[in-house]
Amino acid sequence: MKVEQISIFIENKSGRLAEVTRILGEAGVNIRALSLADTSDFGILRLIVNDREKAKQVLKEQGFTVSKTEVVAVEVPDRPGGLSQILQALDRDGINVEYMYAFVERCGENAVIIFRFDETEKAIATLSTNGFTVLEGERLYAM
Amino acid sequence: MMYNEEFETLPRQALEALQLKRLQATVARVYACVPFYRQAFDRAGVSPDSVKSLADLRRLPFTLKQDMRDSYPYGLFAAPMDDIVRIHASSGTTGKPTVVGYTRKDIETWSELMARSFAAAGVHKGDIIHNSYGYGLFTGGLGAHYGAERLGASVIPMSGGNTKKQIMIMKDFGSTVLTCTPSYSLFMAEAAREEGIDFRSLKLHVGIFGAEPWSEAMRAEIEEKLNICAIDIYGLSEIMGPGVAIECREAKKGLHIWEDHFIPEIIDPETGAALPEGERGELVITTITKEGIPLIRYRTRDITSLTFEPCACGRTHARLSRMTGRSDDMLIIRGVNVFPSQIESILMGIEGVEPHYLLIVDRKENLDTLEVQVEVDERLFSDEVKILQALSHQIEKEIKDLLGVTCKVRLVEPRTIARSEGKAKRVIDNRLLS
Repeated sequence: MKVEQISIFIENKSGRLAEVTRILGEAGVNIRALSLADTSDFGILRLIVNDREKAKQVLKEQGFTVSKTEVVAVEVPDRPGGLSQILQALDRDGINVEYMYAFVERCGENAVIIFRFDETEKAIATLSTNGFTVLEGERLYAM
Repeated sequence: MMYNEEFETLPRQALEALQLKRLQATVARVYACVPFYRQAFDRAGVSPDSVKSLADLRRLPFTLKQDMRDSYPYGLFAAPMDDIVRIHASSGTTGKPTVVGYTRKDIETWSELMARSFAAAGVHKGDIIHNSYGYGLFTGGLGAHYGAERLGASVIPMSGGNTKKQIMIMKDFGSTVLTCTPSYSLFMAEAAREEGIDFRSLKLHVGIFGAEPWSEAMRAEIEEKLNICAIDIYGLSEIMGPGVAIECREAKKGLHIWEDHFIPEIIDPETGAALPEGERGELVITTITKEGIPLIRYRTRDITSLTFEPCACGRTHARLSRMTGRSDDMLIIRGVNVFPSQIESILMGIEGVEPHYLLIVDRKENLDTLEVQVEVDERLFSDEVKILQALSHQIEKEIKDLLGVTCKVRLVEPRTIARSEGKAKRVIDNRLLS
């Protein structure tokens, strides 16, 4: 029920993001979703890709620091209040969201929210109990 | 094991008698043969006859690096060119290099002291010494080379650079001893890892590292990553080259300086006054057997302390503590004295921090600023911003707590800090430019 995200450390200077996407593009790696957290000095680029191993390998070869993180992908009806219901359920069970980002399915009526929790298993249990659809990694990578 | 047990264990009294005899001969020689010394002694109101005891050494004037520059190239030589068989020069970072000449006997002495140094580090006949010190004008390569041959070990004259080839040869030739700068050893281990070679699986058992200041924390890192015993060696071309002093493998607690050839003193770098045993200050060395270019009270600018306490290894020669830097690479940041090696120790005390760091000193609106760049590798990296920021703050706080200086830590991508194949560049001081 978990999804593997790759995270990349990038210095806050021009051209670094372009360099990451160029390396991935040349390796034939497709980016499904992304988010960039930035500070004045550095950024952390988080990606869901179709081929994690390859992405990690080519980026490491080019000297980037890369790590894999387990995140949770949840399907949300693409309508007002959809996300709010999820967050309320998590809040009731005292589950903290470290960060999150979202994208909309290409030809569906749903949005997909990627969550990073500090207690991943507990979060999945809460989401399932409350009837939300937690997506399998394989489905996301191939989307 | 000792290479020359008789001299290495000479009782203090006999050692000091030998030192005095050799000092008197050296002083007489430079007074007679080197106009610079004759003038300097005359100005100070001393003559060779003034030296009646070792304590009288303090009456003699210092020799500065600037004096060597002013005498460029051969002005301080005490032997005629006919007797000089080798010339080396320091890697002078500013202006002209300092030039040194060796007679055949000087080369013999150097070879012996370097052989003693290898033996003290636990190197034997039968060892294969992978010598990555640069060959050329720099004394490191040839100094270690001659000592290795004198000891009877096999020496591979690698010199610096071409890291891939170094690793291949080290692996294929079964090198058992590595000689290079401490930062280059870590650089090679890192490069080897990228080639899929684990340094720990090589046959190396000892590394002899010098030519730049390093820390105990860096020693621990090298010993762990290379699976070797890391030994600190000291030398400088003005005095001889590598092999002036070395740690013994038995104790690894201070570097024995070969006192039958050199007389060490520790002085206050500000006042020039002699400091008592154990106090930290600038190392001053007088050579007492050199013929080519004997130096009286040469100010090394290296900061250390001296102890005459007996050592577990049985050698009677005094020990220098680990160099904490040079009196001239000391940074003064907002009035606080900071040695790069102190910051290195702090960084390496933090889990996951690599010894690749760079200090950038600047002056903004008349205020000194210190930026510490630290590389983020996989052990440090987190996908969460707050964890990386906490790391920066932790380093800033520890530097503030221990050194009293406020700094800004900047996390940078791996391998963005220039790797040096010789001496690592640790400091960029932009204040010098303005």
